[in-house]
Amino acid sequence: MSFIGLSRDEERRMLDAIGVPRYEDLLAAIPKEVVLDRDLAVPGPLPEIDSRRRFGEWARANDADHAISFMGGGLYDHYIPAALNAIAMRSEFATAYTPYQPEVAQGSLTAIFEFQSMIVELTGTEVANASLYDGATAAVEAALLARHQTGRARIVVAGAIHPHTIDVLRTYLEQDVTVVADRGGQCAAEDLKSALGSDVAAVLYQHPNFFGLLESPQTIHALAHETGALAVAICDPISLALLEPPGASGADIVVGEGQSLGNPPSFGGPLLGFFGCKQSLVRRMPGRIAAQTVDRHGRRGFVLTLQTREQHIRREKATSNICTNQGLLALRATIYLGLLGKLGLTEVAELCVQKAHHAASLAAALPGFKLAHGGPFFREFVLECPGDAADVVRAARAKAILPGVDLGQFRSEWRKWLLVAVTEQRSAAEIDRWAEALRASGGRS
Amino acid sequence: MTMTRRLLIEQGGPGHRGPSLPSCDVPERPLAEHLPGARLRRDLRLPQVSEPEVVRHFIELSTLNHHIDRGLYPLGSCTMKHNPKLNDEIAGLPGFALAHPLAGDEASQGALRVIAELQKTLAEITGFSAVTTQPAAGAQGETTGLLMIRAWHRSRGEGDQRRKVIVPDSAHGTNPASVNLVGYETVTVASEVHAMVDPNALRAALDDRTAAVMLTLPNTLGLFEPRIREIIWLAHEAGAQVYMDGANLNALVGLVRPGELGFDLMHINLHKTFSTPHGGGGPGAGPVAVAAHLEPFLPVPVIEEQGGTLRLTSDRPRSVGRVHSFNGNFGILLRGLVYMSTLGPPGLREVSRTAILNANYLMRRLAKTYELPHPEHCMHEFVLSGRGLRKSGVKTLDVAKRLLDFGVHAPTVYFPLIVDEALMIEPTETETLDRLDHFAAAMERIAKEAEENPKMLLDAPHTTPVSRLDEGRAARELILHWGGGAPRAAQAPAPGAPTRA
Repeated sequence: MSFIGLSRDEERRMLDAIGVPRYEDLLAAIPKEVVLDRDLAVPGPLPEIDSRRRFGEWARANDADHAISFMGGGLYDHYIPAALNAIAMRSEFATAYTPYQPEVAQGSLTAIFEFQSMIVELTGTEVANASLYDGATAAVEAALLARHQTGRARIVVAGAIHPHTIDVLRTYLEQDVTVVADRGGQCAAEDLKSALGSDVAAVLYQHPNFFGLLESPQTIHALAHETGALAVAICDPISLALLEPPGASGADIVVGEGQSLGNPPSFGGPLLGFFGCKQSLVRRMPGRIAAQTVDRHGRRGFVLTLQTREQHIRREKATSNICTNQGLLALRATIYLGLLGKLGLTEVAELCVQKAHHAASLAAALPGFKLAHGGPFFREFVLECPGDAADVVRAARAKAILPGVDLGQFRSEWRKWLLVAVTEQRSAAEIDRWAEALRASGGRS
Repeated sequence: MTMTRRLLIEQGGPGHRGPSLPSCDVPERPLAEHLPGARLRRDLRLPQVSEPEVVRHFIELSTLNHHIDRGLYPLGSCTMKHNPKLNDEIAGLPGFALAHPLAGDEASQGALRVIAELQKTLAEITGFSAVTTQPAAGAQGETTGLLMIRAWHRSRGEGDQRRKVIVPDSAHGTNPASVNLVGYETVTVASEVHAMVDPNALRAALDDRTAAVMLTLPNTLGLFEPRIREIIWLAHEAGAQVYMDGANLNALVGLVRPGELGFDLMHINLHKTFSTPHGGGGPGAGPVAVAAHLEPFLPVPVIEEQGGTLRLTSDRPRSVGRVHSFNGNFGILLRGLVYMSTLGPPGLREVSRTAILNANYLMRRLAKTYELPHPEHCMHEFVLSGRGLRKSGVKTLDVAKRLLDFGVHAPTVYFPLIVDEALMIEPTETETLDRLDHFAAAMERIAKEAEENPKMLLDAPHTTPVSRLDEGRAARELILHWGGGAPRAAQAPAPGAPTRA
């Protein structure tokens, strides 16, 4: 199997036109001894029928093939409207390159402009970029921007932030990351205050946080600004249909993971990092930005702008090294928000709140189970199990239910904790089945 | 009668809505009771448009794009090859698309098998001993690679001393930007007259403060560095690590294994060499392959096999840490693996073989019309100069814009920086002789037009949905969202681009 259309006769004609007698003459610059003289030891070639069989078996070996999901922890099982896949998988979007020739890329550029507009609206910021790799690296980019802007080094991470986000921040920033642990699941203002100082470039917090709980954005923003640090919110876009956008209460930068906007979890990638900030920070913003302009006939069109921030122009002085981003996922988010619109997105968010609270009340009534925290939550909550959450997961999997995230995989002291997310997709009957699976597993531990 | 093209926010309005949601089937309570003390949003200014009109909006937008399924896309260093449709279908299987990365190893054996197989396959293709599939794109691969190099120098007690990275002036912009990101300093070395790395210049730049040398092979002119092993040897003698930017791996698949040349590590762009769709700017995937001595520093999590069960583990004390929220761009990794196993050993060898043949054929034909600064046989791409057109008052940019009228995309222009008025052309192996001849004929006609009627180029493109766009105005006005600036179109959409009636 190959994707090449070339006959022996054509190859001969091409070599004649080049002016070499043998193909190998084209390789004169390569030292003979490094030319591979054997076939690669890799599987294949596989015709499509065989490929489907091989990969189909592996797909079915994942629980996701058949199980009902109550999984969250950053990625969520929201419904993806049929029209979204039909549009986004079109070659015109999927097989286009970065829109460097805007006259033949108005489709991608207009969609990026609409994406930026929707992120600005959801986050309450003034400008947004075309996307970043994922929520964690978006947080890193926010921290790096804050360091350049303030000339300070230290980044304070406040409250229950996703442990992987903290890990990635530490990979990039090493010892310059200070973690202020949560108190009872949320950020405590007095703890944050005592960690701040004149060397702090930014305060990062997550809202709703890793445990699903709401934080107090305006308090955190005020504390950050008192010491001259930037306030950076890490948000879930679905929750922003209901919650006051952090930009409106003073966040300088709002970033997050946009997977829940019409993208499947796909075993953790590709994901969609989004990044919005104040207009005054736009020249330090990482990544691509689309802007409105006109063509020579005065017609509206869109181009990439402020490219002098970027690596292909600015090289070592660029604001970020990002080049390829997550364009197709940003497009999917734009279509998702376009289809659902103002009403649909609000309904999705309200259904999440209602169903998550219903599930939480069912579970809290089960013998041995209780909610780990008391604060208000949006779509997910931490359930303390009678024994190890891993045992609950194992028992529920046997009933084709993924009952939540076993938090013991992050820290041993969280081993009894199950992080449960309930989206608009879960029916009352499915939630009952889930509660029954918990009850049955709890009895055993 | 034509309709003007409007943004979504300029369509529909109150009373219009898309797909409906199920009614709430659990006992409901007021939001304020569920979210006590929370500050809620007052208004949400998102579009209110019916499903048919949303579909039409995006389908119409789609018709404005050039894409590889429509025609040639000869962007140098971008490897715009055919994207097999099977890859997308397999990535869309529910067992893969709906797999959750925190479900646990037992629930995810199929997905972990895909990653493990891909790592093994990439290690074999590149000749390295281990691979991380965590980086989301090439630039993040570079970052990850440099972090591993930094960790390696630190492990040898030279972390503070070695902070310089040597990068040739022909390198991609991501190289120096990544160097800066990890706190290293870029030292640029000038290419010699044949656009190769000058061993004498390299020797002069190397010292006991050099952490690494970053090289692209073949280089960005599409030329294989004949003294590559001498260059790598020089760097190793000075105690530096040698990183290969794998953007041009399409020239080497099945032909040369970079690990055997002596490189210490490289990244691989699955969205270039291994056919995954570019998506209008991503997602890509930038796995990094490393030699054995760098294996302890790979980012976490890594996959281990214990008694036939695959497990993700982060218990790697010397690791550089985590670089991605979860498992890298799994859906892209999967597409790449499907492609590799579709081709198998003979198909993979044909990739580089035909990519090189196509590029040389096109180069020799176009060298009769355009200046070819480096006349050696090329690998998978080549660089022309448009400076000969200056006498007609025409620039490379004008050639690029005029090409759009012929149903092909323009090449990469003004890169690499070491060629004046550069046109960097990479046809890839999936183009046929007919397509190459069509492209060459268009380029030849444009050169003729430049002499006879330069205005044709200066006013190009003529047949695209919009004509040349005012980038200066975009940067001055900075209208970056639909509530920004003075969106005249929101009130008066009249002069918007007409759609086909």
